[in-house]
Amino acid sequence: MVHFVIVGVLVIASTLGLGLLLTNAPILPLMASEQAVTVDWLFNIHWWLIAFFFSLITVFILYSVFVFRRKPGERGDGKFVADNHRLEAVWTIIPIGIVLSLAVIGASTLADVERRDPSALSVDVYASQWVWRFEYTVEVPTEAGESVLTAVASDRLILPLGQQVVLRMRSTDVIHSFWVPEFRVKQDILPGGSEFVRELRITPTEAGTYQVMCAELCGQLHYAMVAEVQVVSAAEFDAWLAENAGDCNLTDEQCGQRWAATYGCTACHSLTGQSGVGPTWLGLYNHEVTLTDGSVVIADLDYLHRSIVDPNAQVVAGFQPGVMPQDFAERLTEEQIQQIIAFIVSLQQ
Amino acid sequence: MRFFSTGLFRGLIAQIIGTFAGMALVMAVRVLMGLPISSADAATQQHITEVHVVGGVIIGAIAFLVGVGALNEWLGWARGKPINENIDPDPAKPNWMRYFDVDFDHKVIGIQYGVTSILLLGFGGIMALLFRVELAQSGITFLNSDIFETILGYSSEHLFNTLMSLHGIVMIGAILLGVGALSNYLVPMMIGANDMAFPRLNSFAFWINVPGAIILISSMFFGGFDTGWVGYPPLSVRAPLGMQMFLIGVYLIGLSSISGAINVIVTVFTMRAKGMTMFRMPIFVWAALATAIIQFTATQMIGLSFQLVMLERLFGMAFFDATRGGDPILYQHLFWFYSHPAVYVFILPGLGIISEILPVFSRKPLFGYKAVAMSSLGIALIGFFVWAHHMFASGMSPYLRVPFMYATLLVAVPTGVKFFSWVATLWEGKLEFPTPMLFALGSVVIFLLGGVTGPPLGTIATDLHLHDTYFVVGHFHDTMFGGYVFPFFAALYYWFPKLTGRMYSEKLGKLHFWLMWVGFMILSNGMLLVGLLGMRRRIADYDPALGFDTTQMIMTIAGFAIFFSVVIGLYNLINSARRGAEAKGNVWNSRSPEWHIASPPPLHNYPQPFEVVGEPYDYGLADSPYVNMSPAPAAGHAPAAAESKE
Repeated sequence: MVHFVIVGVLVIASTLGLGLLLTNAPILPLMASEQAVTVDWLFNIHWWLIAFFFSLITVFILYSVFVFRRKPGERGDGKFVADNHRLEAVWTIIPIGIVLSLAVIGASTLADVERRDPSALSVDVYASQWVWRFEYTVEVPTEAGESVLTAVASDRLILPLGQQVVLRMRSTDVIHSFWVPEFRVKQDILPGGSEFVRELRITPTEAGTYQVMCAELCGQLHYAMVAEVQVVSAAEFDAWLAENAGDCNLTDEQCGQRWAATYGCTACHSLTGQSGVGPTWLGLYNHEVTLTDGSVVIADLDYLHRSIVDPNAQVVAGFQPGVMPQDFAERLTEEQIQQIIAFIVSLQQ
Repeated sequence: MRFFSTGLFRGLIAQIIGTFAGMALVMAVRVLMGLPISSADAATQQHITEVHVVGGVIIGAIAFLVGVGALNEWLGWARGKPINENIDPDPAKPNWMRYFDVDFDHKVIGIQYGVTSILLLGFGGIMALLFRVELAQSGITFLNSDIFETILGYSSEHLFNTLMSLHGIVMIGAILLGVGALSNYLVPMMIGANDMAFPRLNSFAFWINVPGAIILISSMFFGGFDTGWVGYPPLSVRAPLGMQMFLIGVYLIGLSSISGAINVIVTVFTMRAKGMTMFRMPIFVWAALATAIIQFTATQMIGLSFQLVMLERLFGMAFFDATRGGDPILYQHLFWFYSHPAVYVFILPGLGIISEILPVFSRKPLFGYKAVAMSSLGIALIGFFVWAHHMFASGMSPYLRVPFMYATLLVAVPTGVKFFSWVATLWEGKLEFPTPMLFALGSVVIFLLGGVTGPPLGTIATDLHLHDTYFVVGHFHDTMFGGYVFPFFAALYYWFPKLTGRMYSEKLGKLHFWLMWVGFMILSNGMLLVGLLGMRRRIADYDPALGFDTTQMIMTIAGFAIFFSVVIGLYNLINSARRGAEAKGNVWNSRSPEWHIASPPPLHNYPQPFEVVGEPYDYGLADSPYVNMSPAPAAGHAPAAAESKE
């Protein structure tokens, strides 16, 4: 009996120590969304359960190792105890109760995390191999006094503070996954069109700059598929949206540069002469390129246009076919394509 | 060199010739069908090459089996030759050659499995060290060395992905073979059988692993593959040719699993000694049985899912291509339907080893034998209803996740029964701590860490944070080291005197244990921590702003500690096998029947069938023998199989 009293005290002490350590140590990132509050609340339940069960087993084992070890010169076997059905029933039924309670809590926290706000701001998310793109829909007043819907594309995710946002996410190639550790929640992004659009709801509660990272292995540059997330006040958000809505009022080259960034071109095509996943754009225009079939062509305006809308038609030697998305003909307007070409043409050595 | 006359050498030559002949055959068939065999277009050419290579490699694997002689008995039977009833080895053949040839003795096959497993373990471990060095600091600093690019011809990021993917799958192969080693060597001896039920199938099941492993590792030289060991499409449909080598290699190893499992199940059900009822079997046999049931019923699913990817690549089918009516999530369901139960294949034998070793060194009965036996079956059964917990973030139907959460958390119940029973076994025992006991106790603590980190992954809300992070990596390695690696080494040390008739060095054994245990605890807790803080899994590089550099460096050093501990362990075992002190008798004072015959055990194990007359773990109870090694001869001297039922 003395053994059990000592072990009981040690288990309680160890549980308290370990539990307080786990619940107070900085082992989770900043909590920056409403969903994170629920998730971290559930984490704390887990930490206490872990503290208790880890202590229970390890304290019993350590105690046995030190107290029940064979003393020098001692002979014979241990105490003959083959089983104890009452004890076995207890350690089967109590854990069943615990896991079922945990599952109920798990279901209700899931409902909390997925709670829908009907007035949530909708953002379209496009994930392609190693780039993120975000599209907002805004109403822009016209001269006739009506308003039209236009899209604002961005390579950064800008979110207003305190408002639920529903991310409608789709992939143009393989499976990706949206994860901002500070927001806690995560959702895979599937290719395949409207049937496979998946949603993720987040309500940011802390202004600041975070990173969205692709969490599902998506090929060569998976680790680098990261984009900036900015949580700003509602006023700043509206100002940003208004500034970026409407047509591009800059020169063709400047607009092209903007599209190249927002549509992710420059993630693979460097502007510095360095070879990346795709060929560099620096000094490309009007120079010779060798294709995979060995032929040599001049990168004229036609070539550049074809390479954007049908990238597999003429693959440059040393690069893989099928890597670049093949849907730019639909995603970009002809004007945008011409502006991107103008930007490429401007990049002379 | 006698090596050149071994079956292994013949098989390797046959595989090389068979691969090229197979490629030529596929080419010839394509010509006859009027299909092109080359193309000016790069993408088409790549596809044509893939068709040729895949055809060749499959035929090469079959050629290996023919060359090694694993199919001789069946091919002879098919040609109408009388079946060779005497399958004992040729006495003129030197003993070492039996291990490189087709041999039907379950002990030889067990050792073949074991040695191949350790070779793969070493290979997978070196892969892990390579990318661990890369992860030791932020920035791509090691794998971008020119040497790698010159040998393999691909970029540092792709090399990282390939190493990481190969590490995963090679280790899984190593574990499956290690499980085969334990089951094959121990089960017949523990139940008093002279061999497995189907010795020819047993040999086939081992040898098919060899071309499987060769093809799997060859993927490195076919452009690698960057999908992780899970091979999710559409990424796996776009990956280089190495992907196919991965699919074929795993397919062959899976075939071995299925054939091996049939053998274990039939052997356990039909070949037990007289008086050995199901609840009087040594507890490891229960674990091996539960494992075999999973292997026999679930492995088909991974074969199927891999076959679908293979066909989608080769023939442009659209199982997973949503634009043509396929579904990318379908693969994940098929894949995890095997791959979740598979992790129980990896751990159940190890947990059986722990249950086997703790009573011997506590000198107490295994507490709650029946509950421990049933908990293995319980884990195996529940294991079939939890697969979608790997898919909580996958975009499957959101509310379907809830029943999988309930089922997943229920796994804690039978697992808990094991832990409580182990603790109760130790309680008030007379504990001794030779190396196998240290490994068994060490694995209980590590497996416990794997167990308690499970529920946060089981409840959906917390899993949405943890999914695809290093927390999962840490949890998984805890379960694998606690459930397989440490118990496997415990088993190696424990049965080493049985295998060789010699004793290992306790000093080196303990050094191996402590270095590996401390190293692993540091490594896995580091993984759990960086995962919680936001480190994704399967990334070649990480942002220095995350502040993981110090932790990663410590983890890498711990990884090297594990590597050196294994080197010490293997040196100990190899050296002691030749020079160790003689250890012929029942060195651990065990009640189990295999310790009551000579070491190493003779061909066909027992000179005469024994009879079970008591309970297996009655340590501490006077006058309660488990087996009677020389019972009065039964009438007709029938093999003690059929009449031994309850």
